[in-house]
Amino acid sequence: MNSRAQILSRIKENQPELSSLPADLTAPLQYPDPVEVFSTVLSNIGGTTVPVKSYEEIQQYIKTQFADQKRIISTIPELSAVTEAGWEGQDPHSYEDIDIAVIRAHFGVAENAALWVTEELMQQRVIPFICQQLAVVVQRKDICSNMHEAYAKVADAVYGFGTFIAGPSKTADIEQSLVLGAHGPKNMTVFILEMAKD
Amino acid sequence: MNVGLFIPCYIDQFYPNAAIATLKLLQKLGVKVSYPIHQTCCGQPMANSGFEHLTTGCNELFIKNFAEFDYIVSPSGSCVLHVKEHLHSHEEEEKAQGVRKKVYELTEFLTDILKVDKLTARFPHKVGVHQSCHGQRGLKMSQMTELVAEPFSKPMQLLQMVQDLELVELSRPDECCGFGGTFCVAEEAISVKMGKDRVADHVNHGAQYITAADMSCLMHMEGILRRQNSQVKVLHIAEILNAEEV
Amino acid sequence: MSTGTKDHAGLADIFNEDEARVDWHDETLWFVRAKRDKAAHTLPEWEALRENASKIKDNVLSNLHDYLLQFEAKAQQNGITVHWAADAKEHNEIVTSILKAQSVTRIVKSKSMLTEECHLNEHLQQNGIEVIDTDLGERIVQLAEEPPSHIVLPCIHKKKEEIGELFHEHLGTPQGESDPQFLTAAARVHLREKFLTRKAAITGVNFAIAETGEFVVCTNEGNADMGAHLADVHIACMGIEKIIPKRKHLAVFLRLLARSATGQPITTYSSHFNKPRAGQEMHLVLVDNGRTKQLGRADFRNSLKCIRCGACMNTCPVYRRSGGHSYHTAIAGPIGSILAPNLDMKEYADLPFASTLCGSCTNVCPVKINIHEQLYKWRQVIVKEGYADKKKAVAMKAMEFTLSHPFVYKNAGKAGRWVIKHAPFMVNNNLNLWYKQREMPEPPKQSFSEWYKKNNNE
Repeated sequence: MNSRAQILSRIKENQPELSSLPADLTAPLQYPDPVEVFSTVLSNIGGTTVPVKSYEEIQQYIKTQFADQKRIISTIPELSAVTEAGWEGQDPHSYEDIDIAVIRAHFGVAENAALWVTEELMQQRVIPFICQQLAVVVQRKDICSNMHEAYAKVADAVYGFGTFIAGPSKTADIEQSLVLGAHGPKNMTVFILEMAKD
Repeated sequence: MNVGLFIPCYIDQFYPNAAIATLKLLQKLGVKVSYPIHQTCCGQPMANSGFEHLTTGCNELFIKNFAEFDYIVSPSGSCVLHVKEHLHSHEEEEKAQGVRKKVYELTEFLTDILKVDKLTARFPHKVGVHQSCHGQRGLKMSQMTELVAEPFSKPMQLLQMVQDLELVELSRPDECCGFGGTFCVAEEAISVKMGKDRVADHVNHGAQYITAADMSCLMHMEGILRRQNSQVKVLHIAEILNAEEV
Repeated sequence: MSTGTKDHAGLADIFNEDEARVDWHDETLWFVRAKRDKAAHTLPEWEALRENASKIKDNVLSNLHDYLLQFEAKAQQNGITVHWAADAKEHNEIVTSILKAQSVTRIVKSKSMLTEECHLNEHLQQNGIEVIDTDLGERIVQLAEEPPSHIVLPCIHKKKEEIGELFHEHLGTPQGESDPQFLTAAARVHLREKFLTRKAAITGVNFAIAETGEFVVCTNEGNADMGAHLADVHIACMGIEKIIPKRKHLAVFLRLLARSATGQPITTYSSHFNKPRAGQEMHLVLVDNGRTKQLGRADFRNSLKCIRCGACMNTCPVYRRSGGHSYHTAIAGPIGSILAPNLDMKEYADLPFASTLCGSCTNVCPVKINIHEQLYKWRQVIVKEGYADKKKAVAMKAMEFTLSHPFVYKNAGKAGRWVIKHAPFMVNNNLNLWYKQREMPEPPKQSFSEWYKKNNNE
């Protein structure tokens, strides 16, 4: 008997009588103002929120705040005027010198300031991890309260890779001292976009 | 109401005053109390060492001594928890079950069964409460800091009825003292370190007395306090609730 | 108890030789416990969430056979190669053969307690494959040639000065430099070079979803992602118990995991791997290594619900004062003490006794494993299977006899004499061990029963 068959047969023999799945949690915590909670939590975990009304405003922010950065890339067509052209589709190792990556998130979660990003929003999976600084654009209306709502939004979406990102890369492995920028981005800016028409 | 008094072996032999205070306090509150003279031990020292199978004799004896009472009350949360969780009988399981249901630690008996809402005691001192783990997490005599739930404490509720008693707050209100039965010698270094840390929390917050609903924790902490030549004393909660100090 | 040199009490003794260090270790971990409390209290539904998670895991264990098949089928459809390993040896061989097939001799690895349990690093090194642990804490203990002392905080036992010393020796940082910010920056540079040059990456798995065939890896540093997304070959290793039924159940577990572990609302990255990226090979190794055996132990099976948050270690008053290495097993602390005897009852016979049974572990456990009750039950099993100290067994029999015979007990001596010698804490006449740092209570003039006889006419 191979290991697969052996393992499966031992499980069948040893697993207890079927116990049913519980009902979903009723009434998880919801916030009257999820955006405010999101901003507070993000700031607690080392990120910054920037409320904006348009992509022009984001462009302006990039031009002024990130003026000294050499390599700025984005997956967002509306920002092509202020970011590098033709960077896509290269070997992932070549992105090692990206200073700032600006990407879109599907939605954000207030309780933990996590943003849901899937592969097609990153262009290359390594982008949000390898850049020195990460900026993410999320629509104000797309910030929900908690993770139950978040997975209801994800539902049965098909993706090759998806990730929740909450703040900059961090570690506290040395004597519990928090240090931002372990391997990935050293900081994180979240543009909360509320278009006039919304 | 007929109450059987269960006095654990080490209280019987080392801390008779805790047992006397328990008896007198219950009598003061109008309870008819008897002490079955042939009692020995609940069997916990063996069971916690992995020898639960050797506790049959203790169990049968316990049932023989206590099965007939309406309630069984003891000034030791740890021993009560052991009886509640592990007392069984080969011959008389029904009686064993009855015993498990009607055994109470003293303070929970006072708050839950007698529903005591006032005491005549006076104890003009600063007191730190040690929440013994078996009483707190086992018998749920107090809310546990790990849980997201409403706080309460049966021992403190009673201590607050004692005139002129001042409760001190601790940095870690429900950390284990490190006694742990045979743990206290099997893991001597850790046991003592835990005890020293627990004692220090009380001393640093100005406690003159450390009290608890479990004498075993207090015995361990007393051993450490005395080795340190500390002026701080330990006292079983029954002795405070029954105190008539002027 | 273990008769070898490595028993918990002995190792804890050594750890306690430096009391200031014990205080530091205790305070550091208590700080993490306090952060966990604060995070838990932000959610009014915390206890309901724990209950929910516990029930989901009960369901998983009761339907593991079908969930694994469902997961395997979905993962294969997604383009992941699934392997099955009966034990640590087979796991290590599978990983080695995947790497050898690609002629890979240098790899990066993110945190995986399973690979620690299987001693994968040693195996790979023996096969000429260099492994770089990329989690900062794990890299530190790797440089120090030590195992991790904590499942979430691998080098929590090390002081920053010692880490500075290690980095000076291995990474060339200035001597005497011990600032965590500086040292982390040095490690970032050191490890980035590894990420960029290694062709294969190993990661652990926090959750695997039966419904979709995807697996989730949680890190704060982003090291699992840096490794996996740059490598041509990604190998993920998981114990078979990591399965959860549906994607939506991640909501429950991701809310609990980081809050329980470090007090964060969520880890920085919760990455869902569904398919390999174009041109990449993705392998997943499902490992038994004693888990099916534990599944068959009714009293102990729910230890398999563990999500490896480490909360039981942070809250454990014994762990905080004895250090992770005193448990001499890959997973230390309370949860390790109920997992390890399943793997080797003789080797780990001491661990269920390294506890006061205070119960704090059970209360912090996000999936409500009754850890302290299982410690008690393991003690019974270990004694029955004959792994207890023989002298202790004799002492216990003597105690049993006396305590079952009231007349023997009462006549054993004047007040205090019998108890001092035998019970309840003087097993083996270990009076000297009590006395080493404590006084004995002074025997009173009369016992309570003597007083009672005189004062009550019975």
